[in-house]
Amino acid sequence: MSTDPKFEFLCRMGDNALVLGHRVSEWCGVAPVLEEDIALANVALDLIGQTQLWLGLAGEVEGAGRDADKLAFHRDVWDFRNVLLVEQPNGDFGQTMMRQFLFDAWHLAQLTALIDSSDKEIAAIAEKSAKEVTYHLERSSDTVIGLGDGTDESHRRMQAALDLLWPYVGEMFLGDDVDAAMVEAGIAPDPASLRAGYDQLVGDTLAAATLTKPDDDFAHKGGKSGARHSEHLGHMLTQMQWLQRAYPDATW
Amino acid sequence: MYAQMIKSTGKGIKSLDEMDPEERAFQERIDAGGKIEPKDWMPEGYRKNLIRQIGQHAHSEIVGQLPEGNWITRAPTLERKAILLAKVQDEAGHGLYLYCAAETLGVTRDQMTRDLLSGKMKYSSIFNYPTLTWADMGAVGWLVDGAAIMNQVPLQRTSYGPYARAMVRICKEESFHQRQGFDIMMKMANGTPAQRKMAQDALNRFWFPALMMFGPSDKDSVHSAQSMAWKIKMNTNDELRQKFVDETVPQAEYLGLTIPDETLKFNEETGHYDFAEPDWEEFFQVLKGNGPCNTERLAARNKAWDEGRWVREGLLAHAEKKRSRQMAAE
Repeated sequence: MSTDPKFEFLCRMGDNALVLGHRVSEWCGVAPVLEEDIALANVALDLIGQTQLWLGLAGEVEGAGRDADKLAFHRDVWDFRNVLLVEQPNGDFGQTMMRQFLFDAWHLAQLTALIDSSDKEIAAIAEKSAKEVTYHLERSSDTVIGLGDGTDESHRRMQAALDLLWPYVGEMFLGDDVDAAMVEAGIAPDPASLRAGYDQLVGDTLAAATLTKPDDDFAHKGGKSGARHSEHLGHMLTQMQWLQRAYPDATW
Repeated sequence: MYAQMIKSTGKGIKSLDEMDPEERAFQERIDAGGKIEPKDWMPEGYRKNLIRQIGQHAHSEIVGQLPEGNWITRAPTLERKAILLAKVQDEAGHGLYLYCAAETLGVTRDQMTRDLLSGKMKYSSIFNYPTLTWADMGAVGWLVDGAAIMNQVPLQRTSYGPYARAMVRICKEESFHQRQGFDIMMKMANGTPAQRKMAQDALNRFWFPALMMFGPSDKDSVHSAQSMAWKIKMNTNDELRQKFVDETVPQAEYLGLTIPDETLKFNEETGHYDFAEPDWEEFFQVLKGNGPCNTERLAARNKAWDEGRWVREGLLAHAEKKRSRQMAAE
């Protein structure tokens, strides 16, 4: 495993996009309404495209001959660097959209900060991705508001989704040595610096959705460091990586 | 080509002399290559026939997401995953344009959806076959989209304006779909022995179901004549099937794959390939609901619809609340 903090950082960005893109793509063909099938596919496509850029750059930085596909399809759970939030199962449509909203709000803040990165390649990927994620956030916040402030049933389901997922929010703002090295190099922001803006945005959206933010800010962690993923990630990889693993000498 | 066995509601074809002036003007406009638009007068049979045909086409796009969606989470590279996602997304978009085109004929999308979910309206037989290996993503694009294009290209000239215009856009995307399917087949056919085996196996399983997509032989196709007079069907089933075989056989040869038909032979006299008919008994069983995946496909659509009810209701309720709040504020 590489210990280069820039490689680690790029894997975090890429794995978030990869794992969430995969989760969203699981909705293909079975969304509540045709327009949502199309919109979910759009989000998944954007995220898979971003994955190619982040993991492609990670492979170049590592310099060990691994490209984006090699990183996506040939690492095991402990080498994944996505936050725990994005590997959580889809649940119902409300849970999927709540997960999307809680991630999008962080993702856009992170990408917006990365546009000013001292690393030109990272800045360029961030600029392209931020445009896409602006739309993701607009859509996910509208859906959270619409379903939170909809019927009694949709409200109840959205509150349940928020209660379930809130303990996975904190990890996005916890810094470690990798983050410290990125801050020092002027590559990426201090994760904690994004929290106040996030709380403001999320608070406003949840208020409009008539949803109540849980009091407890307890945060599960272990995803972005790779120290302890949830059990869900392994199952996702068995499906995602199966062909590559079963036929390692094939090209597709 | 996702419409099969569309039941004609016309009572045989009338000659121009037998028509009243309104109908005669309508038919003459079609004969002259003109378009019929939603607000124009049209015979009731034309309207009903088109609703069935466009509706069946739309439903096929929607159900057609499932066999390919089956492989999105197992696509072998990021690029393949993105291409397949984009393709399935296009299909959802095609469903949307087609439902909109059908709605111009006075039916709602909700009504058509209910008829699909209850089994009253059909979708193409092809989507009742399973996709078992990654090569099936190639075969579906190459053969299924290839067969669809045969029918859809002429439908760009169909007499009903909204349908013809929807088809123009759909055809552009379908040809990209077919190319991506062929590209997967090329990789597989030129790949490892295991990949080659997958490619041949996919061709073996999809060849005859693809031929069935064109519907029964002309001699057994009782509803075609009126549809052709109305230009909502542009070619006969056998013409299109022959064209498909003639174009596909050389492609299979190029791939080094064997079409699973021992009787297949180029006929010097006709300039076309002679080929074996598919098993029509199997085709009629699939239409009756006895295909390998009919139960799963319809169950998947019903499950998605039922589980999505609270979402649709929630979003509608919110839109209603927003509207009344705005009205109260004004």
